[in-house]
Amino acid sequence: MKAGFVAAWAIARKDLQTEMRTRESINASSSFSLVILVLFSFAFDLEREAWLAISGGLLWMVYAFAGALIVNRSFAREIPNDCLDVLIASPAPPWALFLGKSVSAFVLLVIVELISLPVFGLFYRIDWWQHFGSVMGVLALATWGISVVGVAFSAVTVNIRLRELMLPVLLYPVLIPLLLGAMGSTTTLFGGNPDLTNITAALKLLIGFDIIYTALGVGLVEFILVS
Amino acid sequence: MRDKVILTLGVLGTLLMAWNLNTISNLPNDALQGYIFRIIFIHVPAAITAQVFYTVALGCCIMFLLRKNFFWDSLAVASIEVGTMLVLVNLVTGSIWGRNQWGVWWAWDLRMTSQLMCFLLYLGYLLLRPAIAEPTQRATMSSIVGIFAYADIPLVDMAIRMPGVRTQHPQPVLETGTLAPIYRGPFGIGIIVLLLIGTALILLRLNQEHAKREIDSLRRQLHAA
Repeated sequence: MKAGFVAAWAIARKDLQTEMRTRESINASSSFSLVILVLFSFAFDLEREAWLAISGGLLWMVYAFAGALIVNRSFAREIPNDCLDVLIASPAPPWALFLGKSVSAFVLLVIVELISLPVFGLFYRIDWWQHFGSVMGVLALATWGISVVGVAFSAVTVNIRLRELMLPVLLYPVLIPLLLGAMGSTTTLFGGNPDLTNITAALKLLIGFDIIYTALGVGLVEFILVS
Repeated sequence: MRDKVILTLGVLGTLLMAWNLNTISNLPNDALQGYIFRIIFIHVPAAITAQVFYTVALGCCIMFLLRKNFFWDSLAVASIEVGTMLVLVNLVTGSIWGRNQWGVWWAWDLRMTSQLMCFLLYLGYLLLRPAIAEPTQRATMSSIVGIFAYADIPLVDMAIRMPGVRTQHPQPVLETGTLAPIYRGPFGIGIIVLLLIGTALILLRLNQEHAKREIDSLRRQLHAA
């Protein structure tokens, strides 16, 4: 068990080091997020109150798009030089590979989110730092959910035709409950919804989603990789 | 043998449906909704039957991963196809009812939303299959997606029931026990009809999947020769 966690950490560190050398995913996802944030200003012409009311929804749409870009590379980066076959043949158990990939996707996505959040606040006059701790909590829980489901589907689609098309088609419908929870609670925390009762329900939902899909991913990844 | 079962189930289901439609059309109109209330005898049974077939499909996905027998994969895809068709029937009939009663085709009501999410989840499953050429890989990946999709159904339900989400959908008449006794018979038969026709369609699709696998195998042999 301990060896598995050590292997997971080694895989996460390897992925992060590779990414930090080229920064291809982070640069592409951050730029993409900024473009989407700018596009929102053309799509909606609203007063500040109205921006506040839809703030969580807009922010998580950006994060969901950026998340798909990040997780798409998760297993795809192992295809050149048959690195994926080597990883599968290594002594690391499949669940460690899944956890390692999930951790690296989580860290990369959090970096992209932390870059976009202040820009979002600046563009749309959202005081995102008011409940900083709670916003970070929601962000961490929802990002972990996107990472585990994304990495699992990245493994499912890595060797198929139309990989880039199939991943979002599979990913977004599964993420809908998670995004609903994250959008609702973020809007409330930004001050766009005076009713605070939805925060507890949303947190329960996010935690439940994370537990269920982490367990499913850990349990089923062996079938995906062996196949 | 299977053909005879399909024929029997299909004929039985169709006859029962014709008889049930006659019974439904002779029922008195609802005091508030008028004639359109009869849609409940197709709309709700379609949703219930779809959930039954999705649950069968979940069992098949798990069995395929454990046993690697292609029969389970074929049964899973057949059940999901028929289940998805029934969800579509549920959505379309609900939309027609909504237009008549609420004045809009679509209302982002919580039950409508959850059914739409269900439809999209399984649409992903059906779109994934043609994208994978190798049969074992296709069956394994589809089974994984089938399990992930089923796990999402209660979460979608939980998400749309969060405080602040409003519904204008009529309350569930079965759970609350407010379905009038004269409606219970046609309602129950409506479920049986869809189960019979759905099972016949699933068995028909099983035959097609079996034939498809045989053609694939012959094609491979031809290429190898």
